Amino acid sequence: MDDVIIGLEVHVQLNRLKTKLFCSCPINYHDSEPNTHVCPVCLGMPGAMPVINKEAVKAAIKIALALNAEVQPFTVFDRKNYFYPDLPKGFQISQYDRPLALGGYVTIETEDGEKKIALKRIHMEEDPGKLSYKGSITLAKYSLIDYNRSGVPLLEIVTEPVMSSPKEARLFLNKLRIILEYLEVFDGNLEGAMRVDANISLKGGGRVEIKNISSFKGVERALSYEITRQRNLLRRGRVVLRETRHFDEVNNITVSLRSKEEEQDYRYFPEPDLVPIHTSELVDEVKDLLPEMPEEKRQRFIQQYEIGDNFAKVLVLDPKMADYFEEVALQLDAKLAASWIVDVLRGELNYRGWDFRVGWEKLRPEEMIRLLKYFVEEKITEKGVVEVIRTKLDEGGDIDAIIQSKGLFAIPKTEIERLCREAIEKNPKAVEDYKAGKKQAANYLVGYVMKVTRGRADPAETAKIIREMLSN
Amino acid sequence: MIGVAEWKERVESEKCYDLVSEMLERIERSRLNAYITVIENEALRKAEEYDKGELKGKLAGIPVAIKDNITTKGIRTTCASRILHDYVPPFDAHVVERLKAEGAIIIGKTNMDEFAMGTTTETSFFGVVRNPYDEDRVAGGSSGGSGAVVAGEEAVMSLGSDTGGSIRCPASFCGVYGLKPTYGLVSRYGLIPYANSLEQIGPMASSVEDLALLLEVIAGKDARDSTNAGRSFEFKGQTEKKFKIGVVKEMGGNDEVMGRFSEVLEMLNGLTDGEVVEVSMPSFRYALAAYYVIAMSEASSNLARYDGVRYGLASELDSWSRYFSKVRAEGFGEEVKRRIMLGSYALSAGYYGKYYLKALKVRTLVRRDFQKAFSQVDVLISPTMPSLPFRIGELADPLTMYKADVNTVAINLAGIPALSMPAGFVKGLPVGLQIMGDYFSENTILNFALMLEKRFSETGLIED
Ligand SMILES: [Zn+2]
Repeated sequence: MDDVIIGLEVHVQLNRLKTKLFCSCPINYHDSEPNTHVCPVCLGMPGAMPVINKEAVKAAIKIALALNAEVQPFTVFDRKNYFYPDLPKGFQISQYDRPLALGGYVTIETEDGEKKIALKRIHMEEDPGKLSYKGSITLAKYSLIDYNRSGVPLLEIVTEPVMSSPKEARLFLNKLRIILEYLEVFDGNLEGAMRVDANISLKGGGRVEIKNISSFKGVERALSYEITRQRNLLRRGRVVLRETRHFDEVNNITVSLRSKEEEQDYRYFPEPDLVPIHTSELVDEVKDLLPEMPEEKRQRFIQQYEIGDNFAKVLVLDPKMADYFEEVALQLDAKLAASWIVDVLRGELNYRGWDFRVGWEKLRPEEMIRLLKYFVEEKITEKGVVEVIRTKLDEGGDIDAIIQSKGLFAIPKTEIERLCREAIEKNPKAVEDYKAGKKQAANYLVGYVMKVTRGRADPAETAKIIREMLSN
Repeated sequence: MIGVAEWKERVESEKCYDLVSEMLERIERSRLNAYITVIENEALRKAEEYDKGELKGKLAGIPVAIKDNITTKGIRTTCASRILHDYVPPFDAHVVERLKAEGAIIIGKTNMDEFAMGTTTETSFFGVVRNPYDEDRVAGGSSGGSGAVVAGEEAVMSLGSDTGGSIRCPASFCGVYGLKPTYGLVSRYGLIPYANSLEQIGPMASSVEDLALLLEVIAGKDARDSTNAGRSFEFKGQTEKKFKIGVVKEMGGNDEVMGRFSEVLEMLNGLTDGEVVEVSMPSFRYALAAYYVIAMSEASSNLARYDGVRYGLASELDSWSRYFSKVRAEGFGEEVKRRIMLGSYALSAGYYGKYYLKALKVRTLVRRDFQKAFSQVDVLISPTMPSLPFRIGELADPLTMYKADVNTVAINLAGIPALSMPAGFVKGLPVGLQIMGDYFSENTILNFALMLEKRFSETGLIED
């Protein structure tokens, strides 16, 4: 889509930190009673003062470095002034003309190859509280406010307007999420962890901003809707107004919130209760803590384990999956490990709506190693391994016990050979047919072995043995 | 006035409980309107504790009053505003913690201009504070109550806050001592902000010694205020020292005040290290304007939190914008609204560079001018206020009121310390002398004040 220009502003909660950005209240608000993780600072009580959480600054620097951005030596907090009931101070402490970092990029893989999505800036700010409504927003007589979220550290990551399709926007967000999870400062599974404002304009139209979209699918849908809407307007010779719109996730449409003229003036000015941060020492400290990023890991996997890029690419999508792979690959053939993890375990987990963090608990790497060793030693068939994995994920239990109780231990090759001979001896008619050219008669003999072993024999292996015996 | 030494002497022979009762009765009878809240029961309970020997510390058994913009846990803190008229804070300010730790008896919360915005306390929701020397005149502002209680023997000492002269003005008008410390010496945690980058909490008292004692208690490290310098303060008397003194050319006053100021200068003969030099500070022409732009800008944002949602004045449920607008329309007084509007204007897009950024530039120039001056002299002196205490109602026009701060605001722009001390009387009304020093030179200016205090009492010139 040559005529489409998309830019994103992504709000990321640093939700794996312990405390809020300017006070020592815990940030794990998701499972808490409303208004229990609050104090004078995050409630904006008169006379309370903010104190910067250094861990939050370090986490932010970590992200900036991982996104190849330039951390500024000197960074300042500003007040963004506006009235809203979820904003206890009547202003949000954010950053304006001296943000934490400038520039940077994220590489995505499009159908036309790699594309670098350039970033404009990265800055820190505090999350406001949260409004909720008894019943629905339209029927409730009043709104309730939960300030547990007030003061949770947020990072705003702003891209340049360089994406040309809703799909690119989604690829960017997926990649960004992976990078953030690698840094162990972000859990994308938590509600509200990432919120996106999307800017979109078509050639000849005004720039439209869609505010506060809470899912990646939502971003893609909202942008697609906007392209259609704006294109129709332009085609009919109408004007696309510069405005802010809201995405209605239920009906998958966007609706106008306010025009350019109604835009708020936030009256930014430096927060006088905080001092500027000099970052150079923190940057040095953080640089040493920076983990291996997905791209580096992918290259290392290809070289160190000699697995194909198709596997490496998938394995690095989730740092926990990559770790799982390494645990297993150190004990077994790496290609085998990669194939089982990417093709089987990942699929089984996805099917159950789980990620590798859950997977790690349900089927520990050492159990996977034991299971795959049985497979290598031909004590269990491929089908058997899959069945053990499924049982283990759904019901738990001990690997050996599952194999025993389900009778999944493979029959030794000598026993299969004995049974094949027996099948040939007991079924002369089938043997005759086979020798007369009816090749499918071998299936009857394989079926005999399968029946006697109650399916425990490997059919392909059995067929191979029978064909060999008959051709002699 | 009763100083700490006299109070301590009296509690030796009389009971602290009786002395505090007597003081509470005096407050009850008083026409000064210096208190918004008197903490009667708790003050008497503490006095009893003292009598039993259970109250210890540097300020044990001393009644101290606190300006009503400093939060006190469980005791309403109003900022003299209707919007907070029944607000009870859940925490103590750092300075209140310090007072309690040193055994002080907190006797009440003093009246002030609404949110410290004024020079006369006439903007208080609770009415004007009257001058102890003339009840038809103002006690000064914004810490008018804290000045009046010391002069009127309704407390031994008090805490005020100073954004552009709010301690020094009432000290001057009430004939007491008041100090604005170096920015960052005293934690602002619990000071309800008017203009964060300018203000400090400071002591008010009836002598230099008491002023220094109270400063020792409240100064010090507090991690909850990021602008705190992490320094403590200890008063070291240097009685023999001679000072290099400068007079600021641009800080003057009317004929009454300047007449008195000249007499003071004459008295300095023989006490100084060399001649008193005149120092010119060209940046002061813009200081008043810059001060008001910065103070109002910060105020417009600081006061945004009073929306009637979590505390303070509430209203009937309505749409959000109608609800908070109504609360603020009813809760704030006229002067506060004026400053919020002017501050919002100065910060708005298109005007920010013209006003706020320009004011910051002036601030840098003011700092530079002071730094230059302090490379030549130990202290600078000037009249604290350009005139004698105003009659109530005299400053009807806001601009005239703003201009009354002309000698005090530059100090807050620079962040240096300054104190005001009594320098005699004109027509029975007190005149204040302002003494300014370099950053963290509180010891220098207190010693200079101590020397003058002695000289004034020797010559009898301080007498009315
Ligand atoms: Zn908090």
